Amino acid sequence: MQSQTYNYKVVRQFAIMTVVWGIVGMLVGVIVAAQLVWPELNFAEWLHFGRLRPLHTNAVIFAFGGCALFSTSYYVVQRTCHTRLFAPGLAAFTFWGWQLVILLAVITLPLGFTSGKEYAELEWPIDILITVVWVSYAVVFFGTIATRKTTHIYVANWFYGAFILTVALLHLVNSAEIPVSLTKSYSAYAGVQDAMIQWWYGHNAVGFFLTAGFLGMMYYFVPKQAGRPVYSYRLSVVHFWALIFTYMWAGPHHLHYTALPDWTQSVGMVFSLILLAPSWGGMINGIMTLSGAWHKLRTDPILKFLVTSLSFYGMSTFEGPMMSIKTVNALSHYTDWTVGHVHSGALGWVAMVSIGAMYYLIPRMYGKTEMYSTKLITTHFWIATIGIVLYIASLWISGVMQGLMWRATNPDGTLTYSFVESVKASYPFWTIRVVGGVLFLTGMLIMFYNMVKTISGQKAYDAPVLAPAGAHA
Amino acid sequence: MDINDARVVLTVLALVCFLGITIWAYSGRARKGFDEAALLPFSEDELPAPGAGRQTKEGNKNG
Repeated sequence: MQSQTYNYKVVRQFAIMTVVWGIVGMLVGVIVAAQLVWPELNFAEWLHFGRLRPLHTNAVIFAFGGCALFSTSYYVVQRTCHTRLFAPGLAAFTFWGWQLVILLAVITLPLGFTSGKEYAELEWPIDILITVVWVSYAVVFFGTIATRKTTHIYVANWFYGAFILTVALLHLVNSAEIPVSLTKSYSAYAGVQDAMIQWWYGHNAVGFFLTAGFLGMMYYFVPKQAGRPVYSYRLSVVHFWALIFTYMWAGPHHLHYTALPDWTQSVGMVFSLILLAPSWGGMINGIMTLSGAWHKLRTDPILKFLVTSLSFYGMSTFEGPMMSIKTVNALSHYTDWTVGHVHSGALGWVAMVSIGAMYYLIPRMYGKTEMYSTKLITTHFWIATIGIVLYIASLWISGVMQGLMWRATNPDGTLTYSFVESVKASYPFWTIRVVGGVLFLTGMLIMFYNMVKTISGQKAYDAPVLAPAGAHA
Repeated sequence: MDINDARVVLTVLALVCFLGITIWAYSGRARKGFDEAALLPFSEDELPAPGAGRQTKEGNKNG
């Protein structure tokens, strides 16, 4: 029993690739942002905005975010179940399989192979590979839970489990397609049903991939770094079930004022508004975990990352329901406001909570408690925060401006502005956006340097599995 | 019975189920289990010698 160790190898691999893919995905993001300001940067067809943009979204969501989720879920599930990861061979397969999926995305998207579904662009052979990897992931994760040595299943694992199950369901339903060749397929659905299924998928990708999974991360790493248990465990249980029962319905708010039936739009709006309650319940639960330990925030940059991520989570989950209100959406939809909102969630919440968790995790993978330089973590924190603020503030302004310009009419009913005038007016804000993106990317490069210095010369370390819960009390 | 009746029943059942979970979570009965579960992340030490008591890394082979 004493000699048995946790399986850290797969955790370590995914953790390192989180940082690597973060840099790649955010670099592509900076490139596409620059292409909007300087269209001359659209060099060749495979480096064109239209092909690089899905590469950016896939790389940051599924490569960066995905690796962070694999890594932390494998770490958390072992440690809170007091048992070694189930089916280690399969766990290794999920690592290599997922890297292959990412590699294929990096190759096929610039070549122009796409099924045309947002956040699900990858063509059918890759979809099948994703399914195989994901089912293996589920077997490893739930197998570990089934073989746990503890009585309870810690709340973080509930969130991770919901994320794994729901993403499987979303992927299978939305990716139902008819192949016509090795590299081309068409959706099995048509018309407004296709649109609704796409945004049922799209919004729940936000709700379960980018929210539930990262909430699992939050419920483990915030208490650990703060050194105290979660503020209210019962609130976390209600938080979990409230999210599960409501998120599934919110998708139609992506299709306001379209051919989607009006009542469906209203249902989507109402459930989006209800979502404010569980979202803020979770945020409050995370932030209040620090009560009595607020002083740690002054000196601990990892806690700064985690708590700031929760603040951004609260902010974007307030903004989201507001934007789902039809009359607000009439102004915000199709403008930069939406892009700003997504990035306040993606950079502020998802990236910052992942970065915080990685700074906690990476040294522990090598038998240390701290990164090579805590100062550099602080630097990273401030550069990233300034970058996000520049990014979202500039896009708020340009978004509202675009919305107002597009709806402005002259007394005779004609449009006051042509579309291209709104494009011209957006340039200064797009430039600020590039600066914000460059700052955030710089932070990731600092993280990479810090990671390399932390790891180099160190031996990989696997912590011993704890004796059954009863034995130590 | 119309399929919409089934949908209504399912929706109402889901709401009742959620309310049931909430009442259960806030009842005294769940408290003990929750208190235990909340401590799960803290029930173990993580590293080979976190400050005190220097030990060798034997038994912790490279994964």
